[in-house]
Amino acid sequence: MIETARYAYYPGCCSKASAKEYTATTRLVCKALGIELEESPDWICCGASSAHSIDRILGIALPAHELLYAGRMKLDLVASCALCFSRLKIAAAELKDDDVRKRVGEVLGQEIPGNPDYRVMHILQVLEKHLDRIHLEKPLKGLSVACYYGCLLGRPKEVAFDDAENPQVMDRVVAALGGEPVEWGFKAECCGGSHVFTRPDIVSKLSHRLLYQAKQAGADCLAVVCPVCHSNLDAMQKSIGKEYKEEVDLPAFYITQLVGLAAGLPPRKLMFEKLFVDPMRLLRAKGLA
Amino acid sequence: MARVGVFICHCGTNISGAVDVARVVEAAQKMPMVVIASDNKYTCSEPGQASIRQAIVSNKLNRVVIAACSPRMHEPTFRKAVSAAGLNPYLLEIANIREQCSWVHSHDREKATAKAIELVKMAVAKVIRHEPLYPREVPVTKRALVIGGGITGIQAALDIANAGHEVVLLEQEPSIGGRMAQLDKTFPTLDCSACILTPKMVDVANHPKIRLLTYAEIKEVRGFVGNFKVEITQKARKVDYSKCTGCGTCWQKCPEKTPSEFDLGLGKRPSIYIPFAQAVPTKPVIDTDSCRYIKYRQWLAAGEQGKKPPECRICEKICPTGSIAWDQEPQTITEEFGAIVVATGFQVYDHRHYEEYGGGAYPDVISGMQLERLMNASGPTGGEIVRPSDGTHPKTVAFVCCVGSRDQAKGRTYCSKVCCMYTAKHAIMLKEHDPDVQCYIFYIDVRTGGKDYEEFYLRTLDDAGAIYIKGRPSKIYRDGKKMIVLGEDALMGRPIELAADLVVLATGMEPRTGADKLAQKLNISYNTYHFLVEAHPKLRPVETQTDGIFVAGACVGPRDIPESVAQGSAAAAKVAGLFSSDTLVTDPITSVVNRERCTGCLLCVAICPYKAIDCETTRDTRVVAVVNESLCKGCGLCVGACRPKAIDLRGFTSQQILEEVNSLWS
Repeated sequence: MIETARYAYYPGCCSKASAKEYTATTRLVCKALGIELEESPDWICCGASSAHSIDRILGIALPAHELLYAGRMKLDLVASCALCFSRLKIAAAELKDDDVRKRVGEVLGQEIPGNPDYRVMHILQVLEKHLDRIHLEKPLKGLSVACYYGCLLGRPKEVAFDDAENPQVMDRVVAALGGEPVEWGFKAECCGGSHVFTRPDIVSKLSHRLLYQAKQAGADCLAVVCPVCHSNLDAMQKSIGKEYKEEVDLPAFYITQLVGLAAGLPPRKLMFEKLFVDPMRLLRAKGLA
Repeated sequence: MARVGVFICHCGTNISGAVDVARVVEAAQKMPMVVIASDNKYTCSEPGQASIRQAIVSNKLNRVVIAACSPRMHEPTFRKAVSAAGLNPYLLEIANIREQCSWVHSHDREKATAKAIELVKMAVAKVIRHEPLYPREVPVTKRALVIGGGITGIQAALDIANAGHEVVLLEQEPSIGGRMAQLDKTFPTLDCSACILTPKMVDVANHPKIRLLTYAEIKEVRGFVGNFKVEITQKARKVDYSKCTGCGTCWQKCPEKTPSEFDLGLGKRPSIYIPFAQAVPTKPVIDTDSCRYIKYRQWLAAGEQGKKPPECRICEKICPTGSIAWDQEPQTITEEFGAIVVATGFQVYDHRHYEEYGGGAYPDVISGMQLERLMNASGPTGGEIVRPSDGTHPKTVAFVCCVGSRDQAKGRTYCSKVCCMYTAKHAIMLKEHDPDVQCYIFYIDVRTGGKDYEEFYLRTLDDAGAIYIKGRPSKIYRDGKKMIVLGEDALMGRPIELAADLVVLATGMEPRTGADKLAQKLNISYNTYHFLVEAHPKLRPVETQTDGIFVAGACVGPRDIPESVAQGSAAAAKVAGLFSSDTLVTDPITSVVNRERCTGCLLCVAICPYKAIDCETTRDTRVVAVVNESLCKGCGLCVGACRPKAIDLRGFTSQQILEEVNSLWS
């Protein structure tokens, strides 16, 4: 019997809306791997791009609320969203400063303990750490996957856990699932992020390049670890294709969906129907569905 | 009985401006054993020195204290002065009342004067305990070792040899010539690199005073200035050079082909090879990693496992002189030298570290050095500039400056100095090769510090029509046949996307791999990038902290050819200066071991930064430390480390220091 691994889990706001399938499959996969996720009963938004661009202390105080919870639980804090992860880890680094801790304490109305090392992990790190727990029921044989990390996991250097320009963690996870990670140069380029609301032209340009490069590199699909990246690359894919007069047809999975698939979890539980670009034809072609 | 004379200097107003010299004189006159105390406006001047000489004679002085500037400034001057009056020069003590007193306490005359008096008092207490010391003379082996056969080492070797001294020129590769041999043209004159280099290489080979040791490496260095013992490993060439005539039959017939180091992987060479046509010596070596017969022998030795490699031996069959020596093994040679010049040069920064530029995966993203080989008439394409991927002629060429230079993210903060200029050269040369080529150069700053360099750079703009874009590109990727360079035009303040046929990365310089290991063997310093450290960056640029070891060229920091040549000559001048006398005078201020007290713990051996302490066994079989006085710099670390207090430092004995300190309370 494998010992249960326990982590504090921060789902993030997207888990309630656009990334329901990411959170659901994260929970599902972790359960299957004997990883227990303890969700804080009163988690709040991490502030995303908005908070820290308005006020530095606010940008630390919001994630600090969650760090305090993990600290009380004496658990490492896991986030599945790349931006949540980035904000949490930056806050953890900032809280090492006495003055910052004092000011954040004033905002939160409680003292921030100085000592505990607030450890923040991304779900990719957790998956890699427990790779040996995966029973490969359905290896992703013949599935060429372009692993897309987004621009936040490797930057800035202080919070990164992998190379900024050519990260490898997800490639290792996909390879362990029996899939074939493709070599491509846009793993960590920006997709345009939340500019989709204000400057969709930027997002179309950047995301089109990503999709096009992944296709050129010979990928059948993308693996993604951030809800915003995902909506740009999946939900926007059709309109981007129209704009550039080029259908890409590249299903974009959350990495947890691929882990679940390889681990033999029932496809209907992996919520493939939530994806805008239908992956079923591809999966059937590869004998995976 | 000590008879001390104290001489206090005004140093113009440098000292007297803050210190009441008259009161110091008055106080000094009352100090124990002081026979005479006087002052002088400028003690270092000839009249000042003369008054000291006179006072020594007329007052029968046998100890002298001079209260003046730092001993770093004028100790040698004053030693000569007392010596001229017949006194042992080490019976002098200097009290530094300028740098350590008047200059730092100029605001408080009272306290400055009190401190000056105390400094003089300490010097008097110490000098009373001084003993005469005598410099030793050691013989000099008038033979120099030059490590590195690039242009710097070649220049140093030729200059030393032309001064009449024997030189061994050591090179780790099969031929001398170094990086300059790989270049096509040189800026700013566009001289053909080989045409100006290869005659010098031939001079080296033909010089009666120079012995060439190629394909060899330093194993160990012992000894000290004038008397180095160096163990050299001669790598196995598998060719007997005493028989080989360099006819070239073997390297023409060898059937195995492997990527050429000299052409940076763009071309191929046989397994038995000379690196390039004008190599010196023009005799081949066998590359044991690729040779078919060597592989066959390894297969035999491994018990015939796996696929049988062909038992080729073609070179052996066709060699007219029977020079192939399969059983040749590496040899160790021990040689003695009086001086060593380190000129190990640089290597080109490996652009595979730049993942954002493809990490070396795109064949059409090449380094500047690779472009040199493509442009060179004897290069892999015969001088035709083509894209490595498909052999077509590039029409749009993008250059990226500062790859591996001025980039903190890659741990390379320094400027490599030559890349701006060689990129300008490349742009001019490309235009000359093909007038249809358009060059775009991404730069941070264009640095052209050198004679005629700025004028040369202007030609890039005016004649070659190159377009300079300010900003370091963020990404390079492939789109179909084109390479796309993404960046920012920092002057226009907008992003830029450039589709190029070929991208040339102006990769910087870094020290040769292993420069740190060599420095450790030589006991010289190196910095965080493994560039060697000179004794003084401005005033002693080719010397090191270890006497008799000199550094020159790009192993010290990025250098272009003229600077490297100048440094090679400078190091040679230093060697010739060292060899100008038959013996060397060594400073007697060294540590000395009391063998009765020494317990043989040898902590001093470990702590000595100059490797000056060794151990030996006494007749009653005890192990004791012994100081090599030629290596000892008198730093005193061993004195502090010695637990049984068996080590003392001449001129700074524990007793002298104690007297100095005690004088403050008496």
